[in-house]
Amino acid sequence: MAGAAVLGRLTWHLAEVVEIRPETSQTKTITFDVPGWPGHRAGQHVDVRLTAEDGYQAERSYSIASSPDESRVELTVERLDDGEVSPYLTDELRPGDAIELRGPVGGYFVWDPQADGHVFLVAGGSGIVPLMAMVRQRAAERSTIPTRLLYSSRRWDDVIYRDELGRLADGSGGLDVVHTLTRTQPTGWDGYSRRVDRALLDEVAPTPSELALAYVCGPTPFVEAVAEGLVGLGHDPQRIRTERFGPTGG
Amino acid sequence: MDALKLDGNAAAGLLQEIFTAEVTTARGMCAGCGAVEPVGAVSLYSGAGMVLRCPHCDAVLVKVVTDGTRIWLDARGVRALELHAPTGP
Repeated sequence: MAGAAVLGRLTWHLAEVVEIRPETSQTKTITFDVPGWPGHRAGQHVDVRLTAEDGYQAERSYSIASSPDESRVELTVERLDDGEVSPYLTDELRPGDAIELRGPVGGYFVWDPQADGHVFLVAGGSGIVPLMAMVRQRAAERSTIPTRLLYSSRRWDDVIYRDELGRLADGSGGLDVVHTLTRTQPTGWDGYSRRVDRALLDEVAPTPSELALAYVCGPTPFVEAVAEGLVGLGHDPQRIRTERFGPTGG
Repeated sequence: MDALKLDGNAAAGLLQEIFTAEVTTARGMCAGCGAVEPVGAVSLYSGAGMVLRCPHCDAVLVKVVTDGTRIWLDARGVRALELHAPTGP
């Protein structure tokens, strides 16, 4: 598995912004042209480094949203109001600007297409980003691996990649998307409207005998609740891969 | 100080810089309780530096501090680390 990982000395790449598009009120996707980019695996991330005029540097990690078959690198960034880096990326950055990226890094939380059986993806908020890279890679490869995404958001308007997920889960490709909206729901909503807990996982997750791998990404308390819930339902902890993020994403 | 709790995935860049290999898939054995986990799955507390802890017994595995030009690494909490040898050029 690690043989396919991009190894060796990491270098900082100068990445030029080619496009910025809003996803939700708090998130934007930034597309970069990165000369010399070595390619990546779905689920990997990059470190972003900003340098102020006085030399002060701030570094943050962001998951890559784009599929490995795309030549450009896309990051989806959630704006954290008291963040040091994300407000710059979402509010100040313009096409033509350049920032420094290091990566891709990570090998543990990556899509592993040899997996035999069902794949279960669980996203809390912007934890969808690395999972979206997996969903996109899966679609690009026309993979038939049965895959279910359980995606927890506060409101319908906070659902990142909402339309694209709707198109990809049209029933023909073996991808199934289940939303839960924990704060407010649109009129007529007949989906889930509660936090992801063991009871909800029991309804939505593949059974332990079906499951090949689960990938869980979101804020730390979300990830821990989901992982504990899955283990409580009898899933093998070795088949549950987790990635926690927090306000360091700021 | 309130350190932020994440996991070993967040240390991927820094650890790859030190080891020049992908480290989150490496399996480390805790010197405290003997549990073996991939580095990506261990607890990480991020503050002035990074502290990796065993998710089973909470013992400190690794401490890393960097000032931009130097890196200090204390890995006495890891009894053994199994890395994949780099392949290809």
